[in-house]
Amino acid sequence: MTPILEIKDLWHFFGGLCAVADFSLTVQPGDLFGLIGPNGAGKTTVFNLITGVFRISRGRIFFRGEDITDWRSPRIIAAGLARTFQNIRLFKDLSALDNVLLGASARHDYHLWDALFHTPRFQRVEQRWSKRAYELLARFNLTRYAATPARHLPYGDQRRLEIARALISAPSLLLLDEPAAGMNEAEATDLINLIRDLHREFSLTILLIEHQMRVVMNLCQQVTVLDFGETIAQGPPQEIQQHPRVLEAYLGREGNTSEQWPLSSNQ
Amino acid sequence: MQKRVTILAGVAFLLCLAWVLPASGWLNPYLVMIFMYVGINMILTLSLNLVNGYLGEFSVGHAGFMAIGAYVSAILTVWVLPRPWAPWLFPLVLVAGGLVTALAGLVVAFPSFRTRGDYLAIVTLAFNMIVKSILENLEILGGPRGFLGMPRLTNLPWVVAWVLITLFLCRNLVYSNVGRGLMAIREDELAANLTSVDTRRLKIYAFLISAFFAGIAGGLFAHLLQFINPRSFSILKSTDMLVMVYLGGVGSLTGSLLGAAIFTLLLEALRPLGLWRWVVGPLLLILLMIFRPHGIMGFREAPWLRTVSREP
Amino acid sequence: MFPIIAQNILNALQLGSVYALIALGYTMVYGILTMINFAHGDIFMVGCYLSLAAALFLLGLPLHLPAGLIFLGALLFSMLLTAILGVAIERLAYRPLRQAPRVSAVITALGVGLFLENFTLAILGPEPRHFPPLIAMTPWQVGGLSLTLLQLLILIVTALILVLLDLLVRRTLMGMAMRAISDNRPIVPLMGVSVDRVISFTFALGSAIAAAGGLLYGLAYPVLDPYMGIRIGWWAFISAVVGGIGNIRGAMLGGFILGAVEILTPMVLPSSTYRDFVAFSLLLLLLVFKPTGLLGRPLFERV
Repeated sequence: MTPILEIKDLWHFFGGLCAVADFSLTVQPGDLFGLIGPNGAGKTTVFNLITGVFRISRGRIFFRGEDITDWRSPRIIAAGLARTFQNIRLFKDLSALDNVLLGASARHDYHLWDALFHTPRFQRVEQRWSKRAYELLARFNLTRYAATPARHLPYGDQRRLEIARALISAPSLLLLDEPAAGMNEAEATDLINLIRDLHREFSLTILLIEHQMRVVMNLCQQVTVLDFGETIAQGPPQEIQQHPRVLEAYLGREGNTSEQWPLSSNQ
Repeated sequence: MQKRVTILAGVAFLLCLAWVLPASGWLNPYLVMIFMYVGINMILTLSLNLVNGYLGEFSVGHAGFMAIGAYVSAILTVWVLPRPWAPWLFPLVLVAGGLVTALAGLVVAFPSFRTRGDYLAIVTLAFNMIVKSILENLEILGGPRGFLGMPRLTNLPWVVAWVLITLFLCRNLVYSNVGRGLMAIREDELAANLTSVDTRRLKIYAFLISAFFAGIAGGLFAHLLQFINPRSFSILKSTDMLVMVYLGGVGSLTGSLLGAAIFTLLLEALRPLGLWRWVVGPLLLILLMIFRPHGIMGFREAPWLRTVSREP
Repeated sequence: MFPIIAQNILNALQLGSVYALIALGYTMVYGILTMINFAHGDIFMVGCYLSLAAALFLLGLPLHLPAGLIFLGALLFSMLLTAILGVAIERLAYRPLRQAPRVSAVITALGVGLFLENFTLAILGPEPRHFPPLIAMTPWQVGGLSLTLLQLLILIVTALILVLLDLLVRRTLMGMAMRAISDNRPIVPLMGVSVDRVISFTFALGSAIAAAGGLLYGLAYPVLDPYMGIRIGWWAFISAVVGGIGNIRGAMLGGFILGAVEILTPMVLPSSTYRDFVAFSLLLLLLVFKPTGLLGRPLFERV
């Protein structure tokens, strides 16, 4: 079986600083994969490299067997990969409905001509996608906000709206960047259940960055641990928890065995 | 359906009015002239709002586009077309001017891939200055003295028709995947790229279409005045357009129409003040910005221009 | 050939000095407010007229003051009043808009510029005014070059202002606060400096320097009209951008480059009417290849 995502020997530098060092990763279809590590470990950088935010200087990335290393972001996303952001990046002055519709921007298959004259084809395509967008809003209990500018939604709803926006294009791989950031215990539990349901419902493959150990342990089948750009461990969560280098790097160093990562200080 | 009939009837009524009022002499030629200026300014404002309001960039050089449309269409009617045909081919002349201008729009669209904000504003400014400077140095087009000999082809019905066409196309564009994409770029370009919005293509669209309409307005202007010179398209003209856009409100079609109408009519109304009109005008602008920084209609739209809710 | 080139370089330095002085105002305000103060060219124009007024007044006194004293008097008078004008514009027109969208402030700046031009026009009428010759224009011949006392004075005064400003920005508390604001606004209140005061100070400083530029310009090119600030303002603005807007040394560098462009264009191309074309084409090329100017910092976006 072709892996859905394959990263080979990826390196990235900011100036002289090495942010990602020789990173490799293979995600199989259907996986719920976790990418963890303390602040500044290079996790978000990996997401940015996958989605074409930064140019890749060394290493290659394959998506469903295709080499996407040199593609620009919109093309990568249109190929069936979607992501969310650590700091929510909704289009704040646009309505929740428009936000979701924008997730399917590349799949509005009509031309400038159709847009200028609102041709029958335009009507057909727009109708199809707005129907789908309303379905997704309903799925995430956001229907009442359809016409509300995104900035007026409560924090947790904004996070879920971002996931809805990512899902409308029916991606085969979803990248979630700290979906539980800024959430309390109860909200995080709801989120875990939501992600698990979505994984099944949309037959998704999910690659997830997380700080909260509990979320990762509850969700993921496979985990990779990054520290200072280097991969220090890889395997199922139970194994990772016992891995000597992980313990040494984090838990041992801080003399703290709490469930949370000791370095999870953001927010 | 009901709505569509009402709108079509309104359009027909407006066009009849534009034809009957001047022809019957109910509207004196001075007022007809002013209404034509209002119309041309409406087209310019709608065009500029596409870039400054919806795409969220800051073009300060739209007079450069207007100049290209004006000169191209003027050259066509003066040198290329036989005089008797000109009135019949006028729409085509304007469209030709608009298309050439749209190509010039690419000059700004490509730099917009890499530079944004203030730096792109400076690119548009430089574009405006370069166009003006080239025209001043082209002796064959009259250089700084200007170009004349165009027949007076612009009349109120044509102006009204072009305002309606511009409004129709801009409104359709805004309420489409393209318009949504433009606004997404305005809100957060990086996130737009990462939600599959093809930002480069949309920027090209925005500049092409915006330049096209600025060119149309330039053509109408040239065949109204029957005389154009490079100084009519200086940065001051661009400033006028900016004022109309921000007076009416960015990201609003209604605002564009209002801004152009209020600006043009107010300047006429202040004419008795003589030189002081140009002192009072800027003061009013400053006060407006302080008390209503988003302009009159900023980001809001009159109900008749919005699409009906598509909730199933 | 050599004397012609050298002579032109000298002329370019003279004009570049004025551009550099005005460009400083654009760049300082941009550094602090990230706002293009489109009224700055017109503030320069007002400074020019104010120095004319002071010079005429001092010349009219029955004291027969020496030219040097008149120059100094006009300089101080116009710098002071123009500084007050700059501060007043910021207080009345820009400060209420600090939380508003950035373009509103830019539009307001355009409005302020138009206001200053047309107010001057309405009060003084359209006929140009002439600056009295204060400084002897008789040229000295130095190795085939002709150099006037005025040119020397312009270069010396400009150099003095540039050095003093550089010291002020690098060595004084106010200068450090200015740099701190342009780097990172939130920490400034922690330094015990009020942001409002720093902004007012910046406007005063930028306007005063523009007024000094106004006096020097008036002496060198003695015809003044109310719209003179538009063209010179644009050229100074390009200077600031070429040097990297927000960067003080960049503005100085840019000013001299643009002075050279303006003086040298007619040497290469058939007519001086091409100077706008050359300057703006250079600007476009620069922005395409080095979008943040010669000495500007690259922009970086966080994800």
